[in-house]
Formats: sequence, C-alpha cells, structure tokens
Amino acid sequence: MMVGQALRDPRRELTVFRNRLTVAGIAALVAFGLIVSRFVWLQVVQREHYHTLAEANRISVVPVVPNRGIILDRKGQVLAANYSAYTLEITPSKVGHVERAIDELATVIEVSPRDRRRFKRLQEESRNFESLPIRTRLTEEEVARFAVNRWRFPGFEIKARLFRSYPQGEVASHAIGYIGRINEADVRRIESAGLATNYKGTDHIGKLGIEGAYEKELHGTTGSEQVEIDAGGRAIRALSRSEPQSGNNLLVTLDIELQKVAEEAFQDYRGALVALDPATGDVLALVSKPGYDPNLFVDGIDPVNWDALNNSPDKPLNNRALRGQYPPGSTIKPFMALAALHYGKRTPEYTISDPGHWMLPGVSRPFRDWKPGGHGMVNLHRSVVVSCDTYYYGLANDLGVDAIHRFMTPLGFGHKTGIDIEGELPGLQPSTDWKWQRLKQKWYAGDTISVGIGQGYWLATPLQLATAVATLANGGTAVHPRLVRGVQDARTQEIREFPVRAREPLAIKPEHLEFVRAAMVDVTKPGGTALRVGQGAPYLVAGKTGTAQVVGMKAGEKYDEKKVKERHRDHALFIAYAPADAPKVALAILVENGGHGGATAGPIAREVFDFAILGKRPERKQKLGEEDGPSD
Amino acid sequence: MISRLFEVISRRIDGPLMVALVLTISLGLTAVYSASGGGAFDRVLGQGRNLAVALTALWIVANIPPQALMRLAVPAYVGGLALLVSVALFGEMRNGARRWLNLGFTTIQPSEVMKIAVPLLLAWYFQRHEEGLRLRDYAVAAILLALPVGLIARQPDLGTALLIFASGFFVIFLAGLSWKIIVSLGVTGVALLPFLWGMMHDYQRRRVLTLIDPLQDPLGAGYHIIQSTIAIGSGGVLGKGWLNGTQAQLDFVPERSTDFILAVYGEEFGLAGTLLLIALYILIIGRGLMIAANASTLFARLSAGAISLTFFTYAFVNMGMVSGILPVVGVPLPLMSYGGTALLSMLVGFGILMSISTHKQLVSS
Repeated sequence: MMVGQALRDPRRELTVFRNRLTVAGIAALVAFGLIVSRFVWLQVVQREHYHTLAEANRISVVPVVPNRGIILDRKGQVLAANYSAYTLEITPSKVGHVERAIDELATVIEVSPRDRRRFKRLQEESRNFESLPIRTRLTEEEVARFAVNRWRFPGFEIKARLFRSYPQGEVASHAIGYIGRINEADVRRIESAGLATNYKGTDHIGKLGIEGAYEKELHGTTGSEQVEIDAGGRAIRALSRSEPQSGNNLLVTLDIELQKVAEEAFQDYRGALVALDPATGDVLALVSKPGYDPNLFVDGIDPVNWDALNNSPDKPLNNRALRGQYPPGSTIKPFMALAALHYGKRTPEYTISDPGHWMLPGVSRPFRDWKPGGHGMVNLHRSVVVSCDTYYYGLANDLGVDAIHRFMTPLGFGHKTGIDIEGELPGLQPSTDWKWQRLKQKWYAGDTISVGIGQGYWLATPLQLATAVATLANGGTAVHPRLVRGVQDARTQEIREFPVRAREPLAIKPEHLEFVRAAMVDVTKPGGTALRVGQGAPYLVAGKTGTAQVVGMKAGEKYDEKKVKERHRDHALFIAYAPADAPKVALAILVENGGHGGATAGPIAREVFDFAILGKRPERKQKLGEEDGPSD
Repeated sequence: MISRLFEVISRRIDGPLMVALVLTISLGLTAVYSASGGGAFDRVLGQGRNLAVALTALWIVANIPPQALMRLAVPAYVGGLALLVSVALFGEMRNGARRWLNLGFTTIQPSEVMKIAVPLLLAWYFQRHEEGLRLRDYAVAAILLALPVGLIARQPDLGTALLIFASGFFVIFLAGLSWKIIVSLGVTGVALLPFLWGMMHDYQRRRVLTLIDPLQDPLGAGYHIIQSTIAIGSGGVLGKGWLNGTQAQLDFVPERSTDFILAVYGEEFGLAGTLLLIALYILIIGRGLMIAANASTLFARLSAGAISLTFFTYAFVNMGMVSGILPVVGVPLPLMSYGGTALLSMLVGFGILMSISTHKQLVSS
C-alpha cells in the first residue's frame, strides 16, 4: 500500500527499510508471544499453585491463648489468679540500639534498674525477634503517656496480657510453685510431649509445685484465629476464629489459714512441716521455711533477686518438706516399737534396766543414751514416752537391719511417697543389700544400732514422716499424700473430684497399733518428752519427739563462727496426730538447728492443732526453744 | 467555535495511535489507583498531573515539523552528553548510583533526555549521509551511540544503558547495516559475555543469578520476582477483581505502583487483562511501524521506527522482568507505571511519531 509515496527515494533503499521493519515487527510479535505464553503458564496452568502461595502469604493463623486455670484452697481462697494488665514489650530485632531506646523510654515512663536487669536477662535467654517485656503492669496514665510518644519508639508495643499473681505471697510458695517464661528446656519438653501446637502463643508455663505438676489441667486448649496479614505481618482483619478453652481451676487440699498459722509458728527458724488428713492423705499444710515470693518469677526474675535467693545459705528455694533428707532420730521409735511387737521380738511386759549406755558384744565403745545415767527401769511403753535410746539399741540388734527395712518400707520410708508434685526425694532406708550395692561394704552389727534410734544411714523427708504417722493415726492404712483434690471447669463451674487412691491396710495387728498409740499419747503428758504439747489442750495429742545430729559443714562453705555454731546445733523433730481418739490432723515437723524436738518443734505442732481442731489462733508469749524440761 | 478549537488541537494528532495511547493510559490509571491502596487519590492525581504535562509536550512536539525536529537532534544530543559528563563529575549519589544532577531547584536524570536524543541524532546522521551509506558511517554511528551508553552504564544504570543502546541499535539496524556484520557482532557479543560479567557490579550479578533461581535469596533479591509471579499467577484467567488483589493490597508486591505495576494489574485483571494490554501495545507498535513505513524522509523513517521499537523494548523488558523471565532492571512499564519522567519521554516520542505521521503530506507535496 501507499507505494507511490516512496517514489522520491531510491526504491531499493525503501525496500530494505521496509524489510527491516517487517523483520523487527515479526520479532516483536514473537517476543510478545513469549510473554503471552509466560502469562498463560502462570495464570492458567500454574494458577492453583500460585493461588495457594498467595493465600499462604495473606492468611496467618494466630493462636488465641487460653486463660490459665486459677488455684483455690480447700475453703475456696485464691492461691493463684490471673489479672489483665498492660505490658510494654520490645522486639530487639526491630530496634537499632536497644540500650539507647530504653534510656529514651525512661524519659517518658518510669523504668527501674530492676526492669532493666530483668530485661537484659530475658534478652540473653531469648532470640532477637521475640517480644520481651521491659515494663509490666503499666498504669492507665503510663499507657496514655507512651501512646502519645509512640512514634518515637519503633519496635515497642503495648500489649494487654493476663498475668499470674499469687495473692498469698510467700505463704505456701513451695506447694503452689510458680509459672515462668518458657525456656529452651521447656520447649523441648513441650515438643516431645507433642503439645507444641497447644503452646503456640503461650509464653509462660508452670515451673514448680502445683503450677508445674498440674500444668496440663491449668493450661487449657489454645484456640486460633485466621487473620489476614499484610507483608509487614500486621493483622488486617479476622477471617474466622475458634475459641480457646480455658484451663481448669484447681481445687487444692491446703487450708491456707492453717498454712499461715503453721508458717508463723516457725518464727525465724528454718525447717519444714507437713500436715495431712490421715484419712485421705490430703495435705492440709506444707511448709518449707524460709520461702520465697513466687510473684518474682512470673515476669522473669531479675539477676539481683535471683542471686539473693539462689546463694542464700538459708536455701529458700529448696523445698525441705519434700527434698530435705534428715536423720529421723527418735521419731521412728513408735515404728520400731511396732516392729518389735510385730516380729515378736519384744512383749509389752519386757523390761530393761537402763544404765545410760548399751554395749554391743565384742565392741568396747559403749552406745550412749541421750540422758546421762539412763532412765532406770524401762518397758516398751515407757521407752516411747521417755524416748529411751538404750532400749532401742538392744531392740535394733535383735531385729537386725533387714527386718527393720522390711517393716519400714510399707510405711513409706526409703521410697517416694508419690505426692502429686515434682521434686520429691526418696530418703534412705538402709539394708545390708543397699550397703553392699551402693557402698560396696559389708554391713556391720554396729551400723544397726544407730539405725535403731533413727540415726546412722537412715534418712527421711518430713513428708515421709508425716505419711508414716498418718498411717498410725488412721489405724494402719498407708496413704498417698496429695495436694490437689479435684478440678473445676472454668466455664460450667462443674467440679470433678479426683478419687482418693486406696491402699491396702498394712499387716499390723490392731492391738499392737493401739499399744503404740497409747504410748504416743503419754508422750504429750507430764512425764513425756513433749508434755507442753498436751498441756491444757481440750483434746488428746499423740506424738513423738526426735533430735537429729547435724553432720559438719559442707566443703566450700565459708567459715563464720556464729553461723557455724548455730548451724551445728541439732535438728529438732516432732511427729504427731490429734485428736488422738479421732484424728483429724497428722503432722511431721522439722526445725533445722532447733535443738530438742520437744522444745522447738512441739509448740509449733500445738499451734497447728489448736487452729485445725479448735479454730484458735495462737497468742505467742515465748520464743521457740526457750523452755526447759525433759527433752528428746 | 468549538469544532475550530478541536480542529486546532487534533490537526497534528494521529487518531488511531492516540486512541490506543489513551486506552492504555486509562488502564494504567486504574492500576495505579489500585496500587496506591484504593481510596487514596493522591497517586492518581499526581499521575494525572504528570499526564497533563506529558500530553501537552506530546501536542507541542506533534506540531513541530520533522525537519525542525531534525535540527533539534544535534543540540539535544550534545546537551544531553554534557549533562551526562557533569553527572559523572558532580552528580548526586543515591543508592550507590550517580544518576541525578542537582540544579538547585530540581534534580534531573540526564539519561532520560538521551532516550529521545540518541535515536534522533543517529537518524539525523544517516539522513545527512543518505547518498550512499558506507561501513564508515555505521562505525561513526556506533561511536555516537557508545558515548552516552558508556556514560550511563558507568553511573551505574544498566537498564537505561541497555534501552538507549537498543534505541540506537534500532536506528542502525533499520538504516540497513548488513546482516553479516550484525551476526558477527552478535557472536562477538556472546563471546564477550564473560568479560561483561567480570565488569558487573555485585548487585547486577545478583539480579542475574536471582533470575536463574529466585528461591536462592527469597527475602532479598529474589523477593521481588517471587512475589510478583505469585501475584500474576494467582490472578488466574479473569483476575481477582479490581482492588481485590491480596498480593497487591497487602503490600506483598514491592514497587507496586512503579516498576511492578504489571503484577498488580495481572493479579486483579487476570489473563484477560494482560492479553488486552498486550493487544494495545501491539496496536501502538503496529501503528508506529506503519507510520515509519510510510514516512517521507530517511530521518523520519528511522526515528519513527526506532521510537516504536524502543517502546516495544520497554514493554517487553518490563513484562519479562515482572513475570520472571528477564532479570530485574529498573524499567517501568510504558504508559502504565506511576512516574512523570518516563511518561514524558515516552509521550514526547509519540509526539515525534505523530509529527511524522501528520506532516508527511506537506513534505511530499
């Protein structure tokens, strides 16, 4: 077409040009064809694939964290609760210079040195893209002040979160335990339990005590929300939601008022107390002194507080009730008396004349009674009442260590009681096998003699002693101590009681048991080693005192004259139940370096019984241990 | 009165080309509106302002006869070259490249001037030696081309350098450089590729590597390509609907109103939309080639052909890049991407085409 217009130019030149133009035009068409085929490939053939990718890009499933169950004592008092509060969190990866940013933040809202220390510690423990709290529990005013200055703080975010609080503070801290931020060990545990999905979005987990052991009940089921997000990860709108299911509330066997009375009764002493309902094994009070404030752990403990707790010579973090393994001392004499009757090694009538010491044939060194000069004429009953060591030296020798081991094991000695929180230690009930296997040594006859008065290799935890005395109290049935008696559905308020784990009654003759129980009642009467415990009480107390020798200082501890002296004093022990005719409470008490059982541990028991049985709160006149009188 | 005005305005306007341009620009505005998040008009208004300037420039250029345009070629080229040299000497560094010249009141990118000046100059040169083109003339043309291309490549701005090279090459090609030389130059070029690789900047190498395997660096250089292919692919045949592209609206597509606007457009309008766009491009290029074929002087033929083919190159390179078959070079999608400079040089080019198309009767008569 329009060829005529080209007449002015040489025809050949124009033909070349038009050929070139055609070639270029065809090349362009081919190139566009390539593009079109690429679009067909992407938009038709591969459409599903890219559609999936686009959806995955835009939709993010956000976990909705369930409310943690609360913890209530047996009368409904709150031991652990949740409250909602604002936190200010920092994602270190989004902040250039974290220190400087915090300095700047301090000009807007208060940031205490403790906050900084805690944040630093958290930062060391976590990955950079995690959101970590710098301040918790912000007031409304602080939230408002930050909001105004928000633009100055990229990477900072105010979040409304549920916090755990322990309104009782230090009281019962060793039983309740605490929650803390999930650390790497927790993550591994969660993953190996297959619970990773349920813990998405959760950043706290029960670490110790009831909070740790009943994590599964308390945590609940995490819900989820499908959220549309943009490339910056910001949520634009919710697409669908499945509601989380709150954790169950825990109904705890503790009576927090009794617990308070018991803790206060210790005054400044270190030690432990376990009080059980002898019929069920329900733990009514579980004391380990000193305690700690579990609230410190919730947001991550700061290094100063941590060091103070961790390095204190008083070891406040050690749960002495479950983990303190002490020689039980004379508190085991009632059980030894039972063994004597059970194996027919002694009759109630059998009487010795106590010269104040006992000789093992073939050994020149005498085993001494705690009372110089001895107790005079002593039968089985009196051996319990006055705690005559000489009587039990001979008895132990006649029984032999393996019979003792055989008799004591069903009572709960030498193995874990199976209480429903973690960390319990088994104590030690020695036997010839044990010594051979563990120490590769032969058992000597002399070893048995010390065991006869609860010394030597024998170690027991306060919890074991409480379990054993509960067995005496309830007529011979071993109990499983427990801290949680049931759960309550947070939504329906429906209560599901855990059944009491039944145990076979032990093979103890009732008349033997009755004999020992009667002797224990006389322990708290005039002439007994714990007369003050029973003095003026409108109910009968059956008890037994004990004293445990403290072995020297541990290597590595600093020498401090005053402390060494104090800490070399004997541990005082006391086991008891009351009322003796219809027992409501069975308990075991250990007072570290408390001296003699009757003087320091006994009064504690009395205050606990008075409150548990009469509802009477103590009026304290005397300091513990300042009383004279017959001891051990 | 009104018809007189219309007559004045439209006298030098090539009807078919203008219709295709306006349709494409309209598609561009819808896509820019969507890419700015929908609901915010400032980008569209900004692009409207750019458009007003560029259309005015188109109209003015269209009213300048080709002979006058030819006279402007040399000053434009020399001025552009001077600007490029001053950029190399005094230019502002931005993002590691020296491309801008600060004039005090505004900053300009002199390489844009060359997009028009280079094809015009080469066409002027061949027009002057029309009587018998010899190899020497092609060599001189090659040097004239190499000067600005080399300066721009050194800034570094490889994308623009390649496009300007293309525009010049099209002139030389259309002027009849023998196939033998073209083929042997091509072979030499391929053989020199390893040396070119050695001269490239790290980020340029990365772009090429990323093209081969975008997943190698999914959060870095590969992110652009991955997200834009997801956007286009997920659009399907009919698209997700205007303003409904999740990739685009939720910020997954980077540079979505500028270089990657095709990802937004392709996601929301699907294959149907992309085919429509390609059809419009083919119309524009076809009309441009037709104007070239029918132009009356060698200058007009060469510049019209080169401008049309350069336009094609822009479209092809951008579409190839956004759909993941060409490396990411900073080339906007012509008539679609947000931005004033590229639009201006583009419409000035079409103004030249229209001038050629509407003035030829006068010359030939």
